[in-house]
Amino acid sequence: MEWETVIGLEVHVQLATASKLFSGTSTEFGAQPNTQANIYDLAMPGTLPVLNAEALRMAVKFGLAIDAEIGKTSVFDRKNYFYPDLPKGYQTSQLDFPTVGKGQLVIDMEDGSQRTIGVTRAHMEEDAGKSLHEDFHGKTGIDLNRAGTPLLEIVSEPDLRNAREAVAYLKKLHSIILYLGISDGDMSQGSMRCDANVSVRPKGTTELGNRTEIKNINSFRFVEKAINIEVQRQIDIIEDGGKIVQETRLYDADKNETRSMRSKEVANDYRYFPEPDLLPIVIDDAYIESVRTTLPELPDIKKQRFQDEYALSEYDAMILSSDLSTADYFEEVAKACGDAKLSANWVMGDLQASLNKDEISISESPISSDALAGLIKRIKDNTISSKIAKTVFEAMLAGEGDADSIIESKGLKQVTDAGAIEKMVDEVIANNPAQVQQFKEGKEQVIGFFVGQIMKASQGKANPAQVNQLLKEKLSS
Amino acid sequence: MIELGLAPLSRALADGEFSSVELTQAYLQQIAQENSDLNAYVTVCEELALSQARAADEARSQGNAGPLTGIPIAHKDLFCTQGIRTACGSKMLDNFIAPYNATVVENFIKAGSVTLGKTNMDEFAMGSSNETSFYGPVKNPWDRSLVPGGSSGGSAAAVAARLCAGATATDTGGSIRQPASFTGITGLKPTYGRVSRWGMVAFASSLDQAGTMTQSAEDAAMMLNVMAGLDLKDSTSSDTAAEDYTKDLDKPLAGLKIGIPTQHFSEGLNADVEKCIREAIAEFEKLGATVREVSLDNSHLSVSAYYVIAPAEASANLSRYDGVRYGYRCKDPVNLEDMYKRTRSEGFGTEVKRRIMVGTYALSAGYYDAYYIKAQKIRRLIKNDFQKAFEEVDVIMGPTSPHTAFAIGSKNDDPVTMYLEDIYTIAVNLAGLPGMSIPAGLVNGLPVGLQIVGKDFAEAQLLNVAHKFQQATDWHEKSPVN
Repeated sequence: MEWETVIGLEVHVQLATASKLFSGTSTEFGAQPNTQANIYDLAMPGTLPVLNAEALRMAVKFGLAIDAEIGKTSVFDRKNYFYPDLPKGYQTSQLDFPTVGKGQLVIDMEDGSQRTIGVTRAHMEEDAGKSLHEDFHGKTGIDLNRAGTPLLEIVSEPDLRNAREAVAYLKKLHSIILYLGISDGDMSQGSMRCDANVSVRPKGTTELGNRTEIKNINSFRFVEKAINIEVQRQIDIIEDGGKIVQETRLYDADKNETRSMRSKEVANDYRYFPEPDLLPIVIDDAYIESVRTTLPELPDIKKQRFQDEYALSEYDAMILSSDLSTADYFEEVAKACGDAKLSANWVMGDLQASLNKDEISISESPISSDALAGLIKRIKDNTISSKIAKTVFEAMLAGEGDADSIIESKGLKQVTDAGAIEKMVDEVIANNPAQVQQFKEGKEQVIGFFVGQIMKASQGKANPAQVNQLLKEKLSS
Repeated sequence: MIELGLAPLSRALADGEFSSVELTQAYLQQIAQENSDLNAYVTVCEELALSQARAADEARSQGNAGPLTGIPIAHKDLFCTQGIRTACGSKMLDNFIAPYNATVVENFIKAGSVTLGKTNMDEFAMGSSNETSFYGPVKNPWDRSLVPGGSSGGSAAAVAARLCAGATATDTGGSIRQPASFTGITGLKPTYGRVSRWGMVAFASSLDQAGTMTQSAEDAAMMLNVMAGLDLKDSTSSDTAAEDYTKDLDKPLAGLKIGIPTQHFSEGLNADVEKCIREAIAEFEKLGATVREVSLDNSHLSVSAYYVIAPAEASANLSRYDGVRYGYRCKDPVNLEDMYKRTRSEGFGTEVKRRIMVGTYALSAGYYDAYYIKAQKIRRLIKNDFQKAFEEVDVIMGPTSPHTAFAIGSKNDDPVTMYLEDIYTIAVNLAGLPGMSIPAGLVNGLPVGLQIVGKDFAEAQLLNVAHKFQQATDWHEKSPVN
């Protein structure tokens, strides 16, 4: 039996507003428990919600970025259930009239192919507080700092067909929200959370199988593993003659398995009704256009432009455009040194490797885009070879200065003087008759030995191209 | 001095006839004498009141006095008062000290008034007799075996018994107008959105409105001046400009078109009350108004629609009372579910629990369309009825209540009988319109209230109409005290 997997993702993105969705309390991460919860957040009697205008703008911005319908009249609803981290006993969310309607985004697979994935809707809602079960000896600690933080819940169509596509979707979504500046999308801190709805069906059929929802997966890697293990679990059950129970499950990363969630705040009937303390949000074309003017060049557009403007390969363009800071950095370097290909190689290669090693982002790079451009210029104008450039790069990383000052102080200038090189070539030929003989007998690769000798003698500074050229001439004569 | 209304008191203070401290002390004395029986006040703020009175007298001596400076008023215990218990007539909030002031309260403080205390009310504003309060029933000063009406029974009794110069109150289905009718005072419920709901503990969010209880329309206008206006902390607050509601009180009524709804003069209306009301309306004709019949076709559906919508909203508004963060918590809960169940079973009274159940049911899957949505559609029809009537008339008048005050304990067997108390008032809340009840006569020595309903934001006109009546008649001067 061949199986097809059907996956839909619900992603909750914490919007990077200064204050909460309906109150003026700060949303800054990391404060002492219950120090960022005011009388509204605590659901004190008599308190009322006031909508955060920036959250609305961010939601509309997201909608525009995925070419979605924007709800010109959207409505908040009360979603009723009891749990101690939900102070009002209801969450203010959006049900029938969300701010963002149908949209789509394009995902990039590792083999270079692309797929268009539908987005059903995106709506705003309040986050709940945190329940802390450890450290409290038979009790649960409730921290309401997070209660009321604005969330954008983004629901995909069940268009994804395997775990890799799911990850690609998440990565593209992540890239878009960072480009838009609407969230820091940090899955480890919970500013981006993924719930995966997973079901299987016999390949070729169209009816959806029962799905399970895997909640709150907090890394791209775990999303892939959780989906894969859940798909396997479902297939095993069905092949054994069982049925899939529609339920909520949690992914256990240590055991690499999903398990059924004990009934927590899950109430079957949320008794949604329109929030009577808020008016419907009415926005017009002028408002939407004003938000549109704040859209940055989006990843897919940038990727295409990198290919057109800088003649980068699709792969290189994709890598460089997937992160906005990296894209900007690359462009600064390319413009400053005039060589896009070299810039791309250095940014994706040596620079990224060093950033990864030190676990820092490109915005924290010890080498500025200007400085890197300066290094590349010296390669282009033959002051140093690519090999020597790596030495200079390491020194720049260590904070020893810019390319020019390092080349100067370490005396790394390439030897390009024809006379000097000829002298070295003549010397090495004269000193190694055996290898000369090998060359004349047809062993052409012995050139490498001569090149190596000259590089040693010149401490790597002899221009490799000239050395090769002259060696070939002299040995062939 | 305490027999005087708010307006004459304001003039007397301005004229230096007595000080605010003297006035406040007089009220406090009267409260000490009467309140243990009447039970109008739940909390008396003696120290605070006197300190505010002193400050008011000081401000006056500096030339910094306004119309409400030094005037002692009472606040319905539904308004959050910072540092003072705010219990909403409920065991659930018996230990709740509000950490902030409602906008209404803040406005009166800024206006220099004196807070005498918090008045008794039906629990969470759910009731029409002030019998559901955790703090016991309030007695009608006219006959202490009778109810004062509800839910603002405490505020009504306090004004009627001259235990304050005026009181704030709230009206969701008639909770200002009906008690005003039963206690022979003037009650005003402004247009929905006219007064901020920030700090006003929510019962039914789309129906609740803060208003006034006073001896006269003039007094009400002075209080409304302090209360009305846009509040950005309340997203349902209206940006329609507030006015000086005392400005046009004296406008002659010639040419005023009064509509009397057929449906408010049909079966169920006590014959003596009807006679009273028709005589009162005849007074308006003497003042130059014309009267014609109007029809509010969907009137008969208003109580049913209300008793779906209000409990539905209340069921969610009261979810926050769970024993977690403030208020009552049951003793020694063994787990979360136990804490929720016992806290809410023990903390809420019967009527509140009944309405939470009804509201939850009306919102539940499978019933939402049949009940909640249907009720909202009826609401639209009711609003349309008024709009249609107001194309022909300026104000609508009729009885506030089908009868005079009833005996304490006499309607406790059947909640629906109690719900029908609001049969004439409820539609006004559903339509969001402003409404008043003014004293219009006595039947067997008990007050009868005339209800006056206006168009959106027509409070100035309502107060003008009421004021002219009160200049021509003296029903509003009658009190159980004199």
